[in-house]
Formats: sequence, C-alpha cells, structure tokens
Amino acid sequence: MSVWQAFIELLKRDLRLAMRRRAEIANPLLFFVMVIVLFPLGVGAEPNLLERMSAGVVWVAALLAALLTLDSIFRSDFEDGTLEQLLLSAQPLSVMVLAKVVAHWLVTGLPLLLVAPLLAMLLGMKSAAMGTLMLSLLLGTPVLSLIGAIGVALTVGLRRAGVILSLLVLPLYVPVLIFGAAAVDAAASGLPVAGQLYILAAFLAMALSLAPVAAASALRISLS
Amino acid sequence: MNSFMKWFHKWGSPPWFYRVSGKMLPWLTGLFVITLVYGLYAGLVLAPADYQQGDSFRIIYVHVPAAWMGMFIYMVMAAAAVVHLVWRIKIADVVLISSAPIGAAFAFIALVTGSLWGKPMWGTWWTWDARLTSELLLLFIYLGIIALHSAVEDRQSAGRATAVLTLVGVVNIPIIHYSVVWWDTLHQGTTVMRLDGPAIAPQMLWPLLSMAIAFKLYYVIVMMLSARGEILARETKSRWVRELVGGE
Repeated sequence: MSVWQAFIELLKRDLRLAMRRRAEIANPLLFFVMVIVLFPLGVGAEPNLLERMSAGVVWVAALLAALLTLDSIFRSDFEDGTLEQLLLSAQPLSVMVLAKVVAHWLVTGLPLLLVAPLLAMLLGMKSAAMGTLMLSLLLGTPVLSLIGAIGVALTVGLRRAGVILSLLVLPLYVPVLIFGAAAVDAAASGLPVAGQLYILAAFLAMALSLAPVAAASALRISLS
Repeated sequence: MNSFMKWFHKWGSPPWFYRVSGKMLPWLTGLFVITLVYGLYAGLVLAPADYQQGDSFRIIYVHVPAAWMGMFIYMVMAAAAVVHLVWRIKIADVVLISSAPIGAAFAFIALVTGSLWGKPMWGTWWTWDARLTSELLLLFIYLGIIALHSAVEDRQSAGRATAVLTLVGVVNIPIIHYSVVWWDTLHQGTTVMRLDGPAIAPQMLWPLLSMAIAFKLYYVIVMMLSARGEILARETKSRWVRELVGGE
C-alpha cells in the first residue's frame, strides 16, 4: 500500500467512525454556541460593546471548542490499541498522524466554521467582516488541530490528561488567536486584512509541515 | 572520535559531571558574588539618576537581566532537548529539567519587577503590552513543561516528552523577540541591543551588564546544584555513588 493510499484509508476510517457517533460531533458545536451566548449575558447586551468584542469572542470560543475536542484525536485509538498498530505499520507515522488530524478537523473544525457567521451575527458583527472571519477560521482552526495533536500525543498515556493538555496547548495557540482576531477586527474597520491572513497562512504551512513530525515523535515516546 | 565528541561524551557521563561541577562551584560562586556586588553597588549608588524617571529606573538592574534570563534559560533548555533527543545523553535531560523551575522563577521576577516599574512610569500595574504579555506566555510555557514532567510517571519518557515539548515551545521565543516590532505599544523600544550602539549611558550600562553576568552565574550555580542532586537520586544504585557516599 502506498503512503497516499494509507493516508486516504485512515482518513476514511476516522470519518466513518465519527459518523457513527454523531452526537460527539454536535456537542462541541453546542459548547461553542453556549460560550458565545454567555458573553452578552455576562457583559451586557450593549450593541456597540458587543460589536467591538465580537471578533475576539468568536475566536476565543472557537479556540476553547477546539481545545475541548482535541482529546478525541488519539484517545479512543489509544485505548483500543489501534494506535500501537499504527506505530508498528510500515507507513510513516507522521503521515498517519496527519490523516488523523485532517479527519479530526473535518469533523470538529469545519462545522465550527459554518456556525461562526451565525454567532457573529448574534454579536452584531459587521457583515463586511464575515468573509474575513470565515477565511481566518479556515486558515486558523487547522493550525489549532495540528498544534493540539502534539499536546494530545504527549499526554495520551496520562490518566488525567485534560488539564495538563490545556496548560501545554493554550500558550501555543496565542499567535493564531492574535492574528485571527486582528484580521477580523481590521476587516470590521475597513482596513486591509491581507497581512494578517498571510501570517495565518504561514502558520498553517509551518504547522502542516512540522506538527505531524513532532506529534509522531511524541506518540512514540508516550507509547514506549 | 574527534576531540570535540570526546569532550562532549565526557560531559555526558554523570560521575564526570558530578566531579567537575563540584570543583567549579566555588569559583563560580566567587565570580557571582563579585559581579553581583559590583553590579548592585554601581547600579544603585554610582550610576546617575535618570533625567526622566529619577531613581525608579534603577529597577532595570533586576528587571532587564531577569527578562534576559527568562529567554536565555529557555534557549539552554532547547539546546539540551536537542542533545537529549539526538544523542540520548542523560545529563542533557537532567540539565533540562533542573533549568525549568529556574527559568520560570526568572520569568516571574521579570513580570513582578516590570509591574512594579510600570506603576510609577505608566500609572498602572499591568498593561497588555506585547513584551509583558509574551513574558507571561513564556512563564506559562515553563509551567506547562514542569507540569508535564511531573505528570509522566516513567522518568525516561518524562524526560523525552519534556524535551519534545521544549522544542515545540521554541516557536514562542522568536515571537517574544519580534513582538516589539510587531505590536507597537506602551513599552519602550529596545535600548541595549541596537546596531548603532547602545542608547544608554555607559555609567548605567556597565552595572547592567555586570548584573546580567551575575544572573547567568547564579543560574549556572543553582542549575548545577540541582542537577547534582538529581544525578545522585537517579544513580543511587550505581557503584560510583555508593563509593562516594561510603567513602566520605
């Protein structure tokens, strides 16, 4: 089996598994929506305030929702032993990791992207910024999944991984958050956004090329 | 094997490290005391007061070296991580994990002194300034490294997992360095590391450099002490440790 075939097969398998457990796809989305609903309730429903905060709030909520789902990248495979088989297979582990991350993003990141404009509307974001919001999430959420995969790979063998995972991963998420929210803010005030989006794209290119390798070596350590 | 690799492997052996670090410690401590006393005296007494900030600028002699150390120690840890992952040298692992709490402490000191300095200068304890924020993130990364190391039970995989995490965190260091360029905020621009020479009076600069060296020596001393303890704990069963303990 060629590497590419193996990549596709693993991707299909993960997507099929996810489709069999649809509730698990819906839960993070529900979380995303609820976090965003909490903000107006907490800070007051003043339209100006909400509009100014909307870019950051949507991005922070997306980041937390991504964090919440991270554990599912490797957890079930670790528990039933599939991960060890992947390690033993003849295919390069980093490519297999990438397939799992892509599947994870398709299941958790993409729905987030589709719901985001609706929620941004709830917060009164200007419609001019919607396109940029989608684009920045499209570029940014895969980075969150990729970086998160490293953290999950490091903590998959631990019993209480949740808190440590967020400690490890959140500081690394900050640049994505900064540039993602900055792009949306700039779009809302009618400024050019190409710079921020290019930087997000650069983050994505870097994460795509480096994170699978790091996650693969982390997995080897966790399973050794 | 060339002489460099020989030197490299010599340092990688725990008994050698234990012996040599024991011999170096008194010298390092002496140098540390000298640079610290000079730096403090020259900085707090000899250096003239700043024409704008008055005497309160003197906190620079703790704040700036501590902030430098926060980054410097991380770079040492990253180098140790590479050595540990590539050559599987045990000492590198010990150095890495002994350095992490010291680095976290320096990052914390930099944050606290920065906040103390910010109060009279900017009129506020905390501003969301790029460098303060990234120093805070650096502290979080240090704490994450320490948390991961203490969470993994197996010593060997804890060391290697920590090394991988350290290398991943290196991404944050350039962001700290270039944050001054990226976000233009309240924090003043770089004054020491400039291509056209330092924009600080020499009477103020020398104590600062002396303090920076003192802080580095302090780090080496504390790291060695902690590493020596760690080595003894790890090698309790080996012959050289038993001879050492039994012989004395």
